[in-house]
Amino acid sequence: MSVIEAHGLRKAFGTTVAVDGIDLRVEEGHILGLIGPNGAGKTTALDAIIGLTPYQGELRVLGRNPWQEREELMRDVCFIADVAVLPRWMRVSQALDYMIGVHPRFDRIKAEGFLAKTSIAHSSKVRELSKGMVVQLHLALVMAIDAKLLVLDEPTLGLDILFRKQFYDSLLNDYFDGSRTIIVTTHQVEEIQHVLTDLMFIHHGRIVLSCSMEEFEARYAEVMVKPEQLGAARALKPIYERQVFGRSILLFDQVGRQTLSAVGEVRTPSIADLFVAVMSNHSGTAQGAAR
Amino acid sequence: MNTESNVLRESALDLERVAAESVSQTRPFYWSVRRELWENRWIYVGQLAVAGVFLVGFLFNMTRWLDKMRSLSIIGPAHWETVSLPYNIAAGALMGTLILMSIFYSSDALYGERRDRSILFWKSLPVSDLTTVLAKASIPLVVLPLLTFGITIALHLIMLLLSSIVLPASGISLASWWQELSIFPMWGMLLYHILLAHVLWPFPVYCWLILVSGWARRAPLLWAALPVVAIGGLEKLIFRTSHFAEMVGTRLIGSGAPTDVTHGEMFPTGPMTHLTPIRYFSAPSLWIGLVIAAVFLALAVRLRRYRDPV
Repeated sequence: MSVIEAHGLRKAFGTTVAVDGIDLRVEEGHILGLIGPNGAGKTTALDAIIGLTPYQGELRVLGRNPWQEREELMRDVCFIADVAVLPRWMRVSQALDYMIGVHPRFDRIKAEGFLAKTSIAHSSKVRELSKGMVVQLHLALVMAIDAKLLVLDEPTLGLDILFRKQFYDSLLNDYFDGSRTIIVTTHQVEEIQHVLTDLMFIHHGRIVLSCSMEEFEARYAEVMVKPEQLGAARALKPIYERQVFGRSILLFDQVGRQTLSAVGEVRTPSIADLFVAVMSNHSGTAQGAAR
Repeated sequence: MNTESNVLRESALDLERVAAESVSQTRPFYWSVRRELWENRWIYVGQLAVAGVFLVGFLFNMTRWLDKMRSLSIIGPAHWETVSLPYNIAAGALMGTLILMSIFYSSDALYGERRDRSILFWKSLPVSDLTTVLAKASIPLVVLPLLTFGITIALHLIMLLLSSIVLPASGISLASWWQELSIFPMWGMLLYHILLAHVLWPFPVYCWLILVSGWARRAPLLWAALPVVAIGGLEKLIFRTSHFAEMVGTRLIGSGAPTDVTHGEMFPTGPMTHLTPIRYFSAPSLWIGLVIAAVFLALAVRLRRYRDPV
């Protein structure tokens, strides 16, 4: 059974179509990065998955209908929908009491273990914590839940780089065990490149790219081309070209590395570079049609 | 033998599972109520503050009250109102606080969590919208009235203790004073009055506030009051009557409930008050009100499912 299975998932707000009929399948044990520009429909798609919003089309999460069965689903799914949604009046100790009270799969010892690695005091109120500490607290609460699916929507927005790095490190080291599934959206794409197993680009409510990280590495190559070889390189039909310090960097899709090494220095592109390439190809209608 | 024990073990497991499930139904409700108390500490701090202020006033007024007691040559029947006046005023002040607390609590119930976006945290946990809304409705329905009653009793006890010290010192018979005050029947009456006049009777009003708090994008109290003012105004304009506004007003302050028949007495807790529970519970207006309250709550559950943070 897939963890998430969607067919023709669609959601419109009035005349604005946020999610435009996407098909999606996420298997157990994968860490999927959902990448897209602002307003691409990422949050709406995630909201549908975690039962926060009604939708059209077919959607099953762990075999359940998230809109009809949110309460049951939340025993196996947890999410951080946004930074700073923990109630500001709550004390850390109250948060732990409450979680153990309502969540059958919450492990208090585990949560306290995670908190012990931070400087968060049990007697503190959420309003007294810094933004980074609130995220640490939320992550500690969420990681102590023995859930099958974790959904993270911009979990590190507005945090400094140390907190961001620590966030993904503890997610990988302390939480992910190969049988759990994680979906994450973020704008700090480059920071999660090594974390992901799968990649999905979403634009105007549609999936414009979907592949595993192995496919990504095998398929895409970036070549730094010297001016004299530019003509030969362009003949190989790059999908995107940009200039850095007067040198051209060309991005290729499904062109052999041996062929490419003849025209310049070949390397695997960053997700961010591929994202820019794919998005700029999709924003112009003429270019979009060509692809 | 073996199969039998297996069957036994299985049925035992079944029982455990059923028990675990029923626990998992009530636990989220219990913790949802607790989190309301954590979040809204002002509902008991406020009541305690009012009780404290009243106690100070009582102390400062002690000499005047003693003079009044002395002026009654004999404390006997017909002096109940004078004797119990401070006690009734104390209860009245706390009941007034109860009404205000219930109004403010209810009008923020489903609004506060959307305003501070914490609804996204609450909804990430296996607690249904129904459980949440019922937990919130239980504050004006159960928690606040019981709290008010408890704090009133505590306040009365302190006042009784103080009176018992000063009255004999002023040469007033403690026994006749105590007999006339008849505190235990008074407390019984008070509980009856609170539950019937300040809980069940105005409950549709509180449920309306909870419903609007789940809908409004800002100023829920204002949005809740607007239709009342509008309907009341239209009624006045067209029919020259004001039944609707009167109905809402009397529901809110707890008057007009068919709880008791008081013959010319100011307070519903007097010994002469004639309780009419049968009349109260057979009044259609009570049941119509409760049905409307249930409809408001059902709509509030639905709204909580659909509404995004503000």
